[in-house]
Amino acid sequence: MDNRIFGINGPVITVKRAQDLFMQEMALVGKEKLIGEVISVASEDTLIQVYEETAGLTVGEEIVPTGAPLCATLGPGIIGSIFDGIQRPLSVMAQKDGAFISRGGDYNSLNTDKEWQVEFVKGVGDKLCGGETFATVQETDSIVCKIMLPPNLCGTITEIAKNGRYRVTDKVCVIENDRGEKIELTLQQKWPIRVPRPSKERLPLDLPLITGQRVLDTILPLPKGGAAALPGGFGAGKTMTQHQIAKWCDADIIIYVGCGERGNEMTQVLDEFSSLIDPRTGKSLLSRTVLIANTSNMPVAAREASIYTGITIAEFYRDMGYDVAMMADSTSRWAEALREISGRLEEMPAEEGFPAYLPSRLAQFYERAGRVKTAADDIGSVTVIGAVSPQGADFSEPVTQNTKRFTRAFWALDKTLAYKRHYPAINWIQSYSEYTADLYPYFKKHVASDFPELHKMVVALLREENELMEIVKLIGSDVLPDDQKLIIDVAQVIRVGFLQQNANDKEDTYVTPKKQYLMLKVICHLYNEGKRVVAAARPESDFAATGIFEKVIKMKYEVPANKLELFDRYIEEITAAADGVLKD
Amino acid sequence: MIKEYCGLTEINGSLVILDGVKGAKAEELVSLRLDDGTRRSGRIVRLDGERAVIQVFEGTRGISLKNTRTALSGGPMKIKLSSEILGRIFDGTGRPKDGLPDIFAEELRDINGSAINPVSREYPKNYIATGISAIDTLCTLIRGQKLPIFSGNGLKHNELAVQIVKQARLMGATDEKFAVVFAAMGVKNDVAQYFKKSFEESGVFDHVVMYVNLSSDPIIERTITPKCALSAAEYLAFEKHYHVLCVMTDMTSYCEALREYSSSKGEIPGRKGYPGYLYSDLASIYERAGIIRGVAGSVTQIPILTMPNDDITHPIPDLTGYISEGQIVLDRSLEGAGIYPPIGVLPSLSRLMKDGIGEGFTREDHAALSGQLFSCYAKVAEVRSLASVIGEDELSDTDKKYLNFGREFETRFLSQAQNENRDIIQSLDLGWKMLSLLPKSELTNVSPDMLEKYYVEEQKELQI
Repeated sequence: MDNRIFGINGPVITVKRAQDLFMQEMALVGKEKLIGEVISVASEDTLIQVYEETAGLTVGEEIVPTGAPLCATLGPGIIGSIFDGIQRPLSVMAQKDGAFISRGGDYNSLNTDKEWQVEFVKGVGDKLCGGETFATVQETDSIVCKIMLPPNLCGTITEIAKNGRYRVTDKVCVIENDRGEKIELTLQQKWPIRVPRPSKERLPLDLPLITGQRVLDTILPLPKGGAAALPGGFGAGKTMTQHQIAKWCDADIIIYVGCGERGNEMTQVLDEFSSLIDPRTGKSLLSRTVLIANTSNMPVAAREASIYTGITIAEFYRDMGYDVAMMADSTSRWAEALREISGRLEEMPAEEGFPAYLPSRLAQFYERAGRVKTAADDIGSVTVIGAVSPQGADFSEPVTQNTKRFTRAFWALDKTLAYKRHYPAINWIQSYSEYTADLYPYFKKHVASDFPELHKMVVALLREENELMEIVKLIGSDVLPDDQKLIIDVAQVIRVGFLQQNANDKEDTYVTPKKQYLMLKVICHLYNEGKRVVAAARPESDFAATGIFEKVIKMKYEVPANKLELFDRYIEEITAAADGVLKD
Repeated sequence: MIKEYCGLTEINGSLVILDGVKGAKAEELVSLRLDDGTRRSGRIVRLDGERAVIQVFEGTRGISLKNTRTALSGGPMKIKLSSEILGRIFDGTGRPKDGLPDIFAEELRDINGSAINPVSREYPKNYIATGISAIDTLCTLIRGQKLPIFSGNGLKHNELAVQIVKQARLMGATDEKFAVVFAAMGVKNDVAQYFKKSFEESGVFDHVVMYVNLSSDPIIERTITPKCALSAAEYLAFEKHYHVLCVMTDMTSYCEALREYSSSKGEIPGRKGYPGYLYSDLASIYERAGIIRGVAGSVTQIPILTMPNDDITHPIPDLTGYISEGQIVLDRSLEGAGIYPPIGVLPSLSRLMKDGIGEGFTREDHAALSGQLFSCYAKVAEVRSLASVIGEDELSDTDKKYLNFGREFETRFLSQAQNENRDIIQSLDLGWKMLSLLPKSELTNVSPDMLEKYYVEEQKELQI
């Protein structure tokens, strides 16, 4: 007996007495073959959520099971593409259907006509285990795509093609497993998006992801393989921060998931990334970027899937030994998609209408971040930066709170900072990174041995300033003793001269860790010299009157990345200014 | 021969349930004929086998289980469109309301529209001059943007919207066609009249099409109104190549209509009783703004919403802010001080302005100037709260200068007459005059070169 549509309620389809449908199976719904996924199975009512608009479906239309769960198609051609939430190629759809997204349509995620130059690295008779590479393809200028055996297979090569040009669907290799079955392999493989791809071993996270953003790298560092939450109300700069990280961070591959966000933003990423040059490779930024765009007006069920599609692609490149960074903007929209579907299923809601399984879904997702030893003994990582859009900028809401539990870096964006146009508007008091101490050894070795001390000093100054500001708000800063005035003035230098970073300034948009360290060093020297002045019972205002504070604030624009020796001059000038005050 | 189903199974609020339906489609439009000859229309919102749940747009008053015949239309709700719609007034579902005959449809368009493929979008970069200093300088409107006005009851948002519509023009534009689509949802009759009169007086009415759902009209019609208006806007923009400015007021009434409908349907409520899909629903409206690559024409949206109790964290402004590309927030204390337009500068923002201003668009110093004005004005707020504790006399000299700057900024820069049209250079120069009330050392966001060029050393004219 066929499966036929019985009920339609928004994106949820009911099937009566369904035959042979299994949980999370992908099914094609109706005449237009809309893509759906089985979300609940019962002897009476089986439910399918449809990833496309359901308007116009009729009761009685057929449902065809595909026999497989919802999968991502993995192979050369992913990089530089833009997909929707279920990995349909949006640029191909635009060519075929025009400017508006239509439904159905059988799209292969990858370009099946393009021929890739394939170099085979294994021969007949070689043993091959899951995750091991048997061929390579130069996918973009900067990325080599390794053609790997799917993780769950193992066997001996019985046939393999010669080096040459092949399409992703061409049979290029045959292996025989220990049961004597022959398995044909192409350049592409499928992997269910909700299942993490296996790896050999999880490694400790001790390498930082360098983003070139001072507040992140120096104050709140994130390691490769870590997970960070980026919560903020609207207008606080979540998307700007995500874009900055995507542009500048030192990952090999960027997966940018626009999950339920603005269409114009995705267009902006597409435009900007194709014109920007990756400073590390000298190639277009788009040749290391994958975009997944499921904008807020695209179907809600596909929004839920987009996050998983993104992380599955990230894991695929991780398995080749790349460092992958995935930006998810925004996970709140994903959680809302869960809530919306849960509501349609009439499930019992927990907090604020979100389903009770929200925390476990979030945990499953963020746990897919990590740095691993791959099957082929390479080291790869997936770093996840998830933006959170809390309702009313209230961080006590369930998505923010639960995300906090499963990420170890928390970069809280602050509206009041954004109002002052302090960007990135990351609040240094509310935010934290549990990774800081883990990364000290790296910074000590690769940047400077006194990095941890300077870091602690700056953080302490900011905290003290925060407490002092409570008093200043009440009685003004004039009544404070000189040592506290100094703290306030130096903290001002840290805030404006160091934490604030101008994304539109050529020199300031990306800052190397070395320059960040030297800036810190100048600021700490400023503080120490200030203390020397105050200790000699000279008024702090004399020191401030030398104009040295303003000068240090402006150093971020004055010192180009290739002339770091100029910082020595600042140190000298600060000393001179202090000496001048003491001499008078 | 259209098949009609006699009678109904159940009536609940605006929903009716019909059994024994065959071949109905999800979201299909149906028409209901009452025995007294009146007709109503509705939409199928849920199907379970042969049972259809139908939402009746005009409400269910007078409907009984026996007196109604229902017919399926065969497709989703469509709206009649042609170039003739300009200069006309329709009700919330697209039927003429101005006493003139129905239009001859060149095209029937599905009111739900489809999502624009992000690949086909063109990133909006063309700046629209509104002639209002606070908007042009600090939160610039860009063609293809959705920039809502967050207001409160009793604030002058309608006046502001009218002024924007009257004065809006593209820099350097000459022969481009311009149209206004106006959607009124649950507004009072006099508000709708005010808009109509203002459009007529300024001689733009033949470029305006109005879709009006008054506050006494059925709420289900209200949930359709913006969709009809936007279908018209898309038609004018992408088929007829007009540059369309779409003013929608009041989004709060729309959301409340949606909540009312959702609760009558028995859906599980999200925050403050609004349905869990409010975000997706609003997105399906706001995301219809934009420009399509290679097509002349654009849809720019200015939705107006009144924040309940002036609370910007209320779900309606909150979710709107997450979807729209910035917001213009009106401030009651400025209104109280007699300042028009009462634009609260700090929470207002235009996300798209950074790419549409500066050299080649407005002037090289625009970005730096607006950043500096923002951060100085933010400082004014701090100084004011300090002054309220320790008194103005105890403030340091710099802080006193900030207070003076704040006053001048509000009364000379923000404030302007309802028919005053300042061009962008005027506004920028005025901005610099304001900044020049502060010592140069306080202006850290602008480069020394710009300071040199634009800082006004002589402040005689301001010392009135």
